[in-house]
Amino acid sequence: MMSSGFSIYRVGISFVMMCIFYKSAVDCLSELSPQKYFSTLQPGKASLAYFCQADSPRTSIFLEELKEAVKPLQDFGISVTKVNCVKEETSRYCGKEKDLMKVYLFRGNILLREFPTDTLFDVNAIIAHVLFALLFNEVKYLTTVEDLQNIENSLKGRANIAFSYVRAIGTPEHRAVMEAAFVYGTTYQFVLTTEIALLESIGTEAIENAHFYFFHCKQVLDLTQQCRRTLMEQPLTTLNVHRFIKIMEAPLLTEVAEDPQQVSTIHLQLGLPLVFIVSQQATREADRRTAEWVAWHLLGKAGVLLLLRDSLEMDIPQHSNVVFRKAEEGAPVEFLVLHDIDLIISRVESNTYIEEIQEDEDEDMESPDMDIQDDEVAETVYRHRKTQLPLELTVELTEETFNATVVASDSIVLFYAGWQAVSMAFLQSYIDLAIKLKGTSTMLLTRVNCADWSDLCTKQNVTEFPVVKMYKEGKHPVSYAGMLGSEDLLKFILLNRISCPVNITSVQEAEEYLSGESYKDLVPYSSVSVLGLFSPNMTTAKEDFTEAADYLRGCVITGIYSEEDALILSNKYAATLPALLLARHKEGEVESIPLANSRAQDIVQIVTNALLETFPEITVKNLPIYLRLQKPLFILFSDGSINPQYKKAILTLVQEKHLDSLTPCWLNLKNTPVGRVILQTYFDALPPLPCIVVVNLHSGGQVFVFPAEQAITEQNILSWLKKLEAGLESHITILPAQEWKPPLPAYDFLSMMDAAASQHPTRKEPKCTKETNVQENDKKQHEDKSTVRKEPTETLRIKHWNRSNWFKEGEKSFKHDNKEL
Amino acid sequence: MGLLAATLLWGPPGLLLTFALHPALCSSAAPTSGPPHRDYCVLGAGPAGLQMAYFLQRAGRDYAVFERAPRPGSFFSRYPRHRKLISINKRHTGKANAEFNLRHDWNSLLSHDPRLLFRHYSSAYFPDASDMVRYLGDFADRLGLHVLYNTTIAHVTLNKDRQAWNGHYFILIDQMGHAHQCSVLLVATGLSVPNQVDFPGYEHVEGYESVSVDPKDFEGQNVLILGRGNSAFETAENILGVTNFIHMLSRSRVRLSWATHYVGDLRAINNGLLDTYQLKSLDGLLESDLTDLAIVKDHEGKFHVTLKFFLEEGNQTADTITLPQDDNDNFAMRVAYDRVIRCLGWNFDFSIFNKSLRLSSGGEFSKKYPLIKASYESKGSRGLFVLGTASHSVDYRKSAGGFIHGFRYTVRAVHRLLEHRHHSVAWPSTEHPVSQLTSSIVRRVNEASGLYQMFGVLADVALLKENATAFEYLEEFPVQMLAQLESITGRRAGRGLFVINMEYGRDFSGPDKDVFFYDRSVGHTGDAWQSNFLHPVIYYYKGLPTEQEVRFRPANWALPRPTAIHHIVEDFLTDWTAPVGHILPLRRFLENCLDTDLRSFYAESCFLFALTHQKLPPFCQEGYLRTQGLMGAENLRRRRVERGLPRGHASVGRHREDGGQGPKGGPLVPGPPLQPLGGNKEEL
Repeated sequence: MMSSGFSIYRVGISFVMMCIFYKSAVDCLSELSPQKYFSTLQPGKASLAYFCQADSPRTSIFLEELKEAVKPLQDFGISVTKVNCVKEETSRYCGKEKDLMKVYLFRGNILLREFPTDTLFDVNAIIAHVLFALLFNEVKYLTTVEDLQNIENSLKGRANIAFSYVRAIGTPEHRAVMEAAFVYGTTYQFVLTTEIALLESIGTEAIENAHFYFFHCKQVLDLTQQCRRTLMEQPLTTLNVHRFIKIMEAPLLTEVAEDPQQVSTIHLQLGLPLVFIVSQQATREADRRTAEWVAWHLLGKAGVLLLLRDSLEMDIPQHSNVVFRKAEEGAPVEFLVLHDIDLIISRVESNTYIEEIQEDEDEDMESPDMDIQDDEVAETVYRHRKTQLPLELTVELTEETFNATVVASDSIVLFYAGWQAVSMAFLQSYIDLAIKLKGTSTMLLTRVNCADWSDLCTKQNVTEFPVVKMYKEGKHPVSYAGMLGSEDLLKFILLNRISCPVNITSVQEAEEYLSGESYKDLVPYSSVSVLGLFSPNMTTAKEDFTEAADYLRGCVITGIYSEEDALILSNKYAATLPALLLARHKEGEVESIPLANSRAQDIVQIVTNALLETFPEITVKNLPIYLRLQKPLFILFSDGSINPQYKKAILTLVQEKHLDSLTPCWLNLKNTPVGRVILQTYFDALPPLPCIVVVNLHSGGQVFVFPAEQAITEQNILSWLKKLEAGLESHITILPAQEWKPPLPAYDFLSMMDAAASQHPTRKEPKCTKETNVQENDKKQHEDKSTVRKEPTETLRIKHWNRSNWFKEGEKSFKHDNKEL
Repeated sequence: MGLLAATLLWGPPGLLLTFALHPALCSSAAPTSGPPHRDYCVLGAGPAGLQMAYFLQRAGRDYAVFERAPRPGSFFSRYPRHRKLISINKRHTGKANAEFNLRHDWNSLLSHDPRLLFRHYSSAYFPDASDMVRYLGDFADRLGLHVLYNTTIAHVTLNKDRQAWNGHYFILIDQMGHAHQCSVLLVATGLSVPNQVDFPGYEHVEGYESVSVDPKDFEGQNVLILGRGNSAFETAENILGVTNFIHMLSRSRVRLSWATHYVGDLRAINNGLLDTYQLKSLDGLLESDLTDLAIVKDHEGKFHVTLKFFLEEGNQTADTITLPQDDNDNFAMRVAYDRVIRCLGWNFDFSIFNKSLRLSSGGEFSKKYPLIKASYESKGSRGLFVLGTASHSVDYRKSAGGFIHGFRYTVRAVHRLLEHRHHSVAWPSTEHPVSQLTSSIVRRVNEASGLYQMFGVLADVALLKENATAFEYLEEFPVQMLAQLESITGRRAGRGLFVINMEYGRDFSGPDKDVFFYDRSVGHTGDAWQSNFLHPVIYYYKGLPTEQEVRFRPANWALPRPTAIHHIVEDFLTDWTAPVGHILPLRRFLENCLDTDLRSFYAESCFLFALTHQKLPPFCQEGYLRTQGLMGAENLRRRRVERGLPRGHASVGRHREDGGQGPKGGPLVPGPPLQPLGGNKEEL
């Protein structure tokens, strides 16, 4: 694995790095005759030689570039020589013709590589190629995802990987990677690729010239687990790679018990801010976990430290739980009160962002943390606000065009508001759908921006956003009530192509309908086809069925058959009229249900229940339907498809009615990656998979786990369930039952107004109050100007708004602290 | 009777009520059986009367409008004398939103017909008054409003009857002596009586209503104008270039509408005289109480200003009367005037209302207007409502209730109150789940025109339903009636309420305020309470305030002291849709009032919460659990996963537990350091 031959040249990292950074201007390309050249070669030492005809021009572009490469290559211990072939010279390296001259790389007197001069088009290419050839073992060049997977697996628990993608060999980025590999090649496994596909496989979205990742494989002990990856966000240059690796080498989390102002770590030296998580002995373990989580998220962006309040000589403001210190020398230490871990991350990220764009506007930084968007929908929409959507794929309707359009063609109308995040998030899915359906749909996809056409929306009874309605000729508009996503809406549109119910006119047609032949293209969207069977005179029953079918429109295919010969079908499927036939296409079964005296509502219920599977794969989409059953969930978490044996075992249990009090289902972590987070919530660390849990969501919130050491068999599960029922099993965790509280406090304007009023009983000129505040603060803060704090004065919860002097006291303690610092 | 005669003397002919009281009919005004009955009688087919007629018509009510002129809007056929309306007709705003555009259309009445917008009647920013007459005529005709023209109501009296909706009927007697019986009387007669001041020599004064509008008549004259309102300045503007000089005299200092934010004060379009005064061009403004003055006509027919006090010294001839300059030789008005013109505004015509109606003026400071409650109902008799300009006492010198662009909304509010009182139709409202609260408010503050024009008078109210999972949203409620909300709207304030009002900064407006001071605008959300320009303010109450609390609210407060208050920071574009600057702080406020989490989540997050929490945030409950979760487009989702989804939830539950151990004992305390996030540590 390691190349011993080259380690001797690594003269000391710092020296080499220095050489890399200072470009040598000295032109010292030695010129030798072939004979002389070969006599100078030392064993083990690398040298690069350009063989050229003695009478060739003294200068050429290549020679210029080569001259520039001399010094950097010497720094790596590689000598560069121009070898002049005299005519009578018969060295085989001397080409026959002028333009066939080549460059050769030797180690000792062994030829390693030969390069046509056009490969080495510039100094970067020269250095990149030479190092690439020399570091053949240290830098693996990969082309396929499998290669990467293999190398990753082989290094788990052993070493970390430095992964890089460059657009092409010989680019400046490639050179930077090679130079880094020269220094760190023995410590980390370098992996290089030029394949975009490989980069995509690790989830990079915006592909640029080059990317550099650090794969943390060394601490991965479980082979099924993936190595964490950290992307270097800076441009790929030698200096940045060096900095980045230094940071990766630094301990993830350091515990300190000294004044944050005095602490110094490599992060600070490299210009990164420090985040101190304030802890105390009592909560140290939990805080440590928190801090680690934060540290992972901030890796490469900030240093994270755990600051133990108890063992600290100085005072930290009572309520502050995070200390933030910027890298600039003399920058003040900020004491913060953050209620949400994400705020730490966003703070660091926003800080770096501000630093990038506006270097001297420090005042803007004082905006309180409450201004950080913590609504994920609003946040993503905002982040994408500049992305141009192909809106033209849908027809924008106005007050003038609306009526004419929905009358002229069957239309889907999305009512949204340009300022409303949820509807804008959905608009994206809607446009995705329009792209999918482009030119194929008979349904016109339209939209109305209610921020513009408010009256129109009110007239259409739209008072919240988003709303999707379907307008079909001669029918009342139908509101779409499914998931707000393109797939579900697609299903709704497709299933609405056919009438609801479909009127079937012959037995043969009915058979085709039940077999799924009639609507082949729709069957993937409706796992069940429903057929109502009636004799012609059953008017009421038919009406009820038609009403139910209308209610179910867009979610399942329904048909009705009420010819004289309906009996043929009822006999065949052993049904008494009126009856419902349910054709399950996947299983190829037809089930019959008598409908005597069933009202429309009952029919809807019957069909809805029929759509439920006995042992479904639970997904984000279908969970709500199964939650309606109000039973504890029995979930098998599986990494990928479920093992057929397990499935069989559980299905047997279902058939034997052992699982009637539960909702059995399984979760495929590949399809539903969020399942991992769920498991971590249950177990703290990811348990071995597959794993079965019973979650008592609706009464108590206990989570029970099927013992991992037992095999998943019918027998074992059954006895476990018995014990569970008998109360002999103890739960591993209880899901929190708390209500959802405000994530952050709001501005307490009422007390701010009160404060202003009491300070200025006569005049309430806003400006004056501001000034007074400043003055007051100044007095106390003169003693230590360098320490600026966020005053949490404005961020009280409403409950305490009325004459709570909590904040006054808090303020005092702050000022007190100021003195101490 | 004397008053009526006086009216005859000065009133413009078209405006006057013919005196035609038949004593016989009056005494025999027999109830029920006799005169034709209407549920609603509207007096006056001006803008307010027509607006009310429109709402009554749409609701299918039995009503009639009585108008003495042959066409609607007769006031505008004569006034303003110089024909230029100072209400703006802004035809372009760059927005399509019709409701928003009404914010900048001060002339249109409310209707469902987009053709009946004033911009189709005039392209002038300050339109001609005859376009208004044409517009009002079209409004009445197109909508088929039931107006009895040429019907002058000469007398209104009350007839007690227990059967009647309000315990009495209103009997209206017209000029022919015919009686009309009404259950509800809606008075929209405007202000029709020119304001008179009693001082010696008043007979020499010409009135605004009859003074010449031809500048030629003022060529080379010294003119004294009494009054300092828009009509005074309008008159001055017309003759500014031809007179020697114009002096303008009134009791109080000039009030500029751009300083007071009150459209009834002097508008910039009329203020040419201020310019010439301050640029030393002989024109000038003076302050003095008119009632102390006297005007003396000398033998040349010129007018001298003196003091009433001097006239009382005994019998003197015109030329011997003491003038102030005799004692005080630099007296400002020592020059003789060729003309004295009064432009002192208008008063409500109380004369036709019988005493039994107890319709009285509001005392010394608001003589102009009849006394009414915040619900626009007369304080004297139930069932009598005052609409339009005459109802301006409610918000005199505050907002726009005396003008079309204000009272069109208050008329609608009155109609809604009547619908509930007499027809059991509750105040219209929409009901939404609580997760829609932020959006509902954002929508309204960005487009609602009634809130914008009638700031401080009409406000939206969001009533929380039991257990606060849903709310009812009521638009443009007369907010001073907040205490009586339940009884007059038929809606319940079960678990607290939000009031959405628009306000200028507390100390920003006033005749002596510098509204252009440096640093006047607030940009930071944390300073939003110091916003000066009109901005939305949201009040939160745990229960309806009492009448006492409303009446004795702190000075300068539009509403009683709430449990919590939120200001949405003023915005230069009056566009309050910025995600972080406007919506986010509003959401935090609502969350803290309701003690819940109002964030929106993607379905994936809801899925996670559903399997890791016993309770779900409202957004997931109302959307995801009903299979209406937000799946999120692929590119949005992918980015989110990268950033470590779903964020900021797992610590929620634990916060509370720890809060209790905080040093000060409240759950408020930020508590010990951060909670372990439990879940998503591994997701990088």
